[in-house]
Amino acid sequence: MRNLKRQLLAGPYLIWMVGFVLLPVGMILYYALTTTSGQFTTFNITSITASVHLKALFLSLKLALACTLICLGLSYPLAMILNNMNGKRHGLIVFIFILPMWMNFMLRILAWKMLLSNNGVINTVLGYFGLPGLDVLNTPSAVVFCMVYDFLPFMILPIYNAMSRIEKDVIEAAKDLGAGSLTVFFKVILPLTMSGVVSGIIMVFVPALTSFAISDLLGGGKVLLIGNVIEQAFMQEYNWNLGSGLSLVLMVFVIVSMALMNSHGEEGGAGIC
Amino acid sequence: MLKKSAERAYLFLVFLFLYLPIIVLIVLSFNASKSKVQWGGFTLGWYQQLFSSSSMMEAFGTTILVSLLSALIATLLGTLAALGIDAMKKRGQAVMMGATNIPLLNADIVTGISMMLLFVRFTRLGLNTVIIAHITFNIPYVILNVLPKLKQSNRTTYEAALDLGATPFYAFYKIIWPQIRPGVFSGFLMAMTMSLDDFSVTYFTKGAGINTLSTMIYTEMRKGIRPEMYALSTILFLIALVLLLFMNFGPSARRGEKGGFK
Amino acid sequence: MKKIFSGLVFFVLACSFFSGCGNKDSPNTLTVLNYGKYLEPEALELFEEETGIKVEYEEYVTPENMYTKYRAGAIDYDLICTSDYMVEKLIQEGQVQEIDFGNVPLSQNLDPVYFEFSKSFDPENKYSIPYFFGTVGILYNRQMVDESKVDSWNILWDEDYSGQIIMADSVRDSFMVALKILGYSLNTTDEKELKEAQELLIQQKPLVYSYLVDEAQDEMIAENAAMAVVYSGEAGYALEFNENLAFSVPKEGSNMWIDSWFIPKTAKHKENAEKFLDFLCREDISMLNFDYVYYATPNIKAKESLDPEIQESPIIFPPTEILDNCEVLKPLDDISNTNLSILWKEIKSAD
Repeated sequence: MRNLKRQLLAGPYLIWMVGFVLLPVGMILYYALTTTSGQFTTFNITSITASVHLKALFLSLKLALACTLICLGLSYPLAMILNNMNGKRHGLIVFIFILPMWMNFMLRILAWKMLLSNNGVINTVLGYFGLPGLDVLNTPSAVVFCMVYDFLPFMILPIYNAMSRIEKDVIEAAKDLGAGSLTVFFKVILPLTMSGVVSGIIMVFVPALTSFAISDLLGGGKVLLIGNVIEQAFMQEYNWNLGSGLSLVLMVFVIVSMALMNSHGEEGGAGIC
Repeated sequence: MLKKSAERAYLFLVFLFLYLPIIVLIVLSFNASKSKVQWGGFTLGWYQQLFSSSSMMEAFGTTILVSLLSALIATLLGTLAALGIDAMKKRGQAVMMGATNIPLLNADIVTGISMMLLFVRFTRLGLNTVIIAHITFNIPYVILNVLPKLKQSNRTTYEAALDLGATPFYAFYKIIWPQIRPGVFSGFLMAMTMSLDDFSVTYFTKGAGINTLSTMIYTEMRKGIRPEMYALSTILFLIALVLLLFMNFGPSARRGEKGGFK
Repeated sequence: MKKIFSGLVFFVLACSFFSGCGNKDSPNTLTVLNYGKYLEPEALELFEEETGIKVEYEEYVTPENMYTKYRAGAIDYDLICTSDYMVEKLIQEGQVQEIDFGNVPLSQNLDPVYFEFSKSFDPENKYSIPYFFGTVGILYNRQMVDESKVDSWNILWDEDYSGQIIMADSVRDSFMVALKILGYSLNTTDEKELKEAQELLIQQKPLVYSYLVDEAQDEMIAENAAMAVVYSGEAGYALEFNENLAFSVPKEGSNMWIDSWFIPKTAKHKENAEKFLDFLCREDISMLNFDYVYYATPNIKAKESLDPEIQESPIIFPPTEILDNCEVLKPLDDISNTNLSILWKEIKSAD
């Protein structure tokens, strides 16, 4: 009995969730499956196969993959180095690497836009040394660059957390049993941090795949990602049915890719926090 | 030794990558010239302009209001929900957790759009729609922080207290609350962080004339970069610095709550 | 920790109390929708001070963007400023209210010539009040561009300037350029003509530095690009900040536009909207706005008090021989609109 009463505590949340999570998803479903005049259609969903939309989706995938890989490549060694540090300054150094991630998302975009522009700081410095300038702004590379900067924390933190949970004794034991440092890495450290890696990948890949603000601001209108297509359908073309159809496709896409990731590393979600 | 210096160099490079943009922003915020590359003398003028710009200040106020209020309500709803879910049987728990994961797994843009569709149908967009949307994507973070603490908590003490005649509320306050408090607190912090940093959801659910810092900077950036924004960045960076310092090295950190690294 | 937490609770509750007060649908507000960078923020503050009406000010980038925001119906706008063809479209759809000119006495300050222009989309001058007008042309940097070639849109396809060209990030404006080169009307709905224009634009894409609207003038002032397709006023503004810049309206012809205010059907505060319109027609406010946006103002009194140099500037106030060579945009039918937006997306996603 007591338990039943306690279960009721979840009531407000349940109502909230039905009203503001399930119902909105239902709305997307409704718009996706109807025409402007309210008749049933699958056109909005199948229009993902239109060449413009497919192109945008593939470009998004490509950039998101690149971003995820770069983040992973940067984060893993960083997490290892941070984790191996000892002494008083350890806390401070970790702090230093976490601080920039607390800047507002938009301001981080602003910073890169300013650095990368034709007459920006980077090109001026390069010019000073007689080096040719970079024409990065308004290209997909600029978008990837900024995505990495924006989403790096989501990769570093779960990996670092997973790594700091490894007991030093485990590694010592492996070494005592004659494992070389490579073996220790592949047999002990990597498997034990896999959950962190998986949640890091998820937390970087999804926002990178669906972002529209970064490509809007750094792509100079030349980089059309699937997020931009959806945003434009809603905000420019007044075609909510198409926008919903594409959102639905994107949603399924994200969930499937995440399920795939999760099946490779159990309890991936646990590392998020 | 070689390994050590390689590590140092690597740390330094990443450090540069992370801080270069911020340092440039801070330097430029004191630059009297509007140029991005020429130093025209020291000035505090951009700060003055920033503080006298009512739209910027309003956006700042809205951001704080939205993130505090939504994090607070989300913490309340989420903690209650965690208590309820914890009492459920396995199947109920699985269903609830599955649903809780929806906003976490959904792309921001989809969450934002789905809520916009709902609001447009039934009401008008305004400040309250932004707050509702933020609460919605914040609750799961609270639940995910509180639930593990509940699972670790010692139930028998609570049962014993009840058997000894304590009211459920008193028993909860004396026994369960102290055990889950760190989880509640870090859930609150995380919700607030997410809410502060959000752009997409706000973008789709905000009403006329309402801006958080993120949406404000977005619209301003599409009109061109103004030096006041450098000043804004510098201030926000300092705020983040103080907050993080407080959370990591302040009183709560010593108690081992470590809210900041999450 | 507990103290901090309860302090937070108190603070938030206090905040929510205040926001609750401000958030109610109080009668004394005015919701305005306008292009970006198109109204001096100080003027808004002045208006609020003088009348006690709280202005909820919202901006958009392209007319299509505005149309969506309005039709979404999620916000009840009281007053909207947009371009000729969009006003016409909304009048056709019955979305516009008549303005009570008795409440806008200062509209007499506006040159009747512009009301005459406005008749092309608002035949009886019932629905709209002109705000600014101008043309579209090429803003270029004299040090980077061969000046003998800027009299033609073709220079935007010149490979010598690869990576230095800024195009308009607005469907109708970009297509206008291509259609004019091909010698077609900028209001064509002929699929073949539009397709040809699209091919031209796709061909141009590798040369384009970026597609921008409001940001173009800043990029030009900062010399990040050699030329940009901009509205005349932006050029006038940019010239003030960088003397290397110049402006030309190509000989193939261009688009002449008038941006006007109208009161949409959904307006909840029509009287406030009219008060605001009257305020905008005031000489000092027109001046303030002119200094901020630098487009041709139809306000005679404001124009007369400008520097003679500016009054005679062919960039800001385009002379008749240029205007005669310009066409006004007309709204397209729904099918052509959809067609055009697909063509535009294909350009944007082209490699």
